[in-house]
Amino acid sequence: MKNGFLVFLVSLVVLGGSWCGFVLAPVLQLGGQKQTTILNSSDLYPVGRPGMANQGLQVYRANGCAACHTEQVQQDGVACDVVLTSAGKTPLAVTNAISSLKLTGLDKGTADAAVDKINAAGGKAEIHITATGPDISRGWGLRHSVAEDFLYDDPVQLGSVRIGPDLADVGTRRPDANWQLLHLYAPQSVVNGSAMPPFRYLFRVQKIGGEPSPDALNLPKAFTPPAGYEVVPTAQAEELAAYLLSLQADVPLHDAPFTQPLAVSKP
Amino acid sequence: MSTNAKFGGASVPASRLVSSLAPPGEISSTDIDRSCCIPLLALFGGAALWLVVGSVLALIASIKFHAPDFLANCACLTYGRLQPVADDALLYGFCLPAGLGVALWLLARLSGTPLRGAIVPIVAANLWHLGVFVGLAGILIGDSSGFAWLEFPRGGSVPIFFAYLLLALWSIMIFAGRRGRTLYPSQWFLVAALFWFPWIYSSANLFLLTSPVRGVAQAVIGWWFANNLLVVWTGLVGLGAAFYFLPKITGRPLQSHYLALFAFWTFILFATWCGIPPGAPVPAWMPTLSAVAAAWLLVPWLAVFLVVWQTVHGSVRSSWNNTTFCFVGSGIDAFLLSGLMLMAMACPQISRFTNFTWFGSAETQLRLYGFFAMTMFGAVYYILPRAVGLEFPFPKLARVHFWLSLAGIALLVVPLAIGGIVQGWKLQHPDTVAFADTTKAMLPFLRVSTTGLLLMLLGNLLFFANVMGLTLRWKIALLKQFIAFVKSPLETTSASASLRRDKEVRA
Repeated sequence: MKNGFLVFLVSLVVLGGSWCGFVLAPVLQLGGQKQTTILNSSDLYPVGRPGMANQGLQVYRANGCAACHTEQVQQDGVACDVVLTSAGKTPLAVTNAISSLKLTGLDKGTADAAVDKINAAGGKAEIHITATGPDISRGWGLRHSVAEDFLYDDPVQLGSVRIGPDLADVGTRRPDANWQLLHLYAPQSVVNGSAMPPFRYLFRVQKIGGEPSPDALNLPKAFTPPAGYEVVPTAQAEELAAYLLSLQADVPLHDAPFTQPLAVSKP
Repeated sequence: MSTNAKFGGASVPASRLVSSLAPPGEISSTDIDRSCCIPLLALFGGAALWLVVGSVLALIASIKFHAPDFLANCACLTYGRLQPVADDALLYGFCLPAGLGVALWLLARLSGTPLRGAIVPIVAANLWHLGVFVGLAGILIGDSSGFAWLEFPRGGSVPIFFAYLLLALWSIMIFAGRRGRTLYPSQWFLVAALFWFPWIYSSANLFLLTSPVRGVAQAVIGWWFANNLLVVWTGLVGLGAAFYFLPKITGRPLQSHYLALFAFWTFILFATWCGIPPGAPVPAWMPTLSAVAAAWLLVPWLAVFLVVWQTVHGSVRSSWNNTTFCFVGSGIDAFLLSGLMLMAMACPQISRFTNFTWFGSAETQLRLYGFFAMTMFGAVYYILPRAVGLEFPFPKLARVHFWLSLAGIALLVVPLAIGGIVQGWKLQHPDTVAFADTTKAMLPFLRVSTTGLLLMLLGNLLFFANVMGLTLRWKIALLKQFIAFVKSPLETTSASASLRRDKEVRA
């Protein structure tokens, strides 16, 4: 039995090693993860999804939405722009200093050096950070996804293939619940040539009795039900839409910094 | 039934008694084969059924890309449910039970020990298939767990877990009762695989479903599990089978045992650490470690390549008329090719263009069907007639099955891999390519892959017909035996029946 026991023992050690590495270590490192603070703020992130959105995550899971959609924005790096906020008391010196500097699309070190030079000349400057990469250019998010974004999700639905667009920040991109419902009922009604299958079974087509329902979808002509009927979302559709709206990874964090565009102000 | 009673009862004490004196051929291989008959029929029969079910569902799911409205009103048949059901029917329905059956028979043969207590593996096989049915139905009604390759709800995962434990326990008992101490490399591969699945499956279910961990640790454990099942488990069982069948059929010894063992150690050392995709929103050391492990996979890859090359080199042409050789040989080719794809996907310069695309799906399909299922087809065509003692009803169709499957998997994987890179390139150029265009650009590739799935379905139907036909023959033979037994005096019947069967096997 010596040989057989050896197989057992060495397999145990080798296989157990990978278990320690990718089961035990992640549980120890990430299992106790807590909220983090938003960059340059004392607010905590994330705050957890509202109850209805959490129900919606279960609808998302049950219908296998992750078979086509990822929830992980990728990022190549950051680009720093130096922004002059005050010319100070010696505008001429500052102008001279600026004229010899490149101020956009810098890495962090060069940007810091430029700020130092401007400060030395008596002006004041800030660095504006923008994430870069194809996903960011597509408008799928302002920064890459990080572990914190999924802190309260169960199950975590990262997905692995982009048959449809990434949804990590879809709530910021498409903040209108009605648009989400129309898109779920008849994707082609709002996105021309969409390859997404319609989720009509999440809706009820019912006879209009007396007053039309306030929840009824306002569909374009080609997609309306027969006259006298209306399309009303079920609770599941409402929940799923609420979940999609709650997908907002739009705050800067320590490990994923960016400078908020001025127009956007967090409530 | 009579076979089991005969071998389980009478021959065992005798063999135990003489094992130290008798030459290794004391228990004939026919006896060993027959002792596995009913468990193998149960495992392979159900597997063949799930194989067909899986490929029908995969075909329907694929058609949805060309017509998103197709079957869209039914919640059960939405793409997001069909796709995992099709995948799980292939993996849990076909690959695992077929692999378990092959492992059971191989361990019995290599240990020179017949299977005893066949009732347990028979019950376990049926429990397994019941679990798969409940699991697949659960996903269709929306009870999926939401983790790729671990979708089964508890009603499915608990039965298959215990069924696996029973089957593995019985296989290990055969292994423990082996005659002769030196181990053949296949035994290392198979024993490690038998032991690894319960560990990864229970870990994943405990940490993801029973008491879920927080946040992205879930995703890491999910990827670890999927990789260890899809790459490590299938690799161990598939290579274990290939290292038995290739030397057996070519008539050349495995070249060499040491190299095979080296492949074994390096494979489990590196492959178990792969699976965390680059750029995932997890601590950076995890994807980095996975990428490094994937690069080191080149070592076992080369070892497997050398073993197979040196073993079959020069005898491919003479062995080509053997269907099992065709299946297992092309299975090994697919293993090597999918290994290259796996390594490429971990390389940062390439993963930019493969991440989140169909390329990953192509790799998985090549590994599961092109490598593992093909190897299992070859093994089943070899094992089942010997275990049952009857020929397949349509032996010529096995050849047709081979060509259909080979053409099907090529038409599925090649367009998905090329299309995946095209899709990845387009995704990387947001300024010139709108997202809708990346989806549109995939359609021609998906069309070809649907054709591939159709060919695979046809091939799978032929396999199903052969396995079911053989089962039917076996039942008819049993019935005839029973009628003859009722009609005539006891001694003459059983003697002549077993004599006739022995003749058939030798022929």
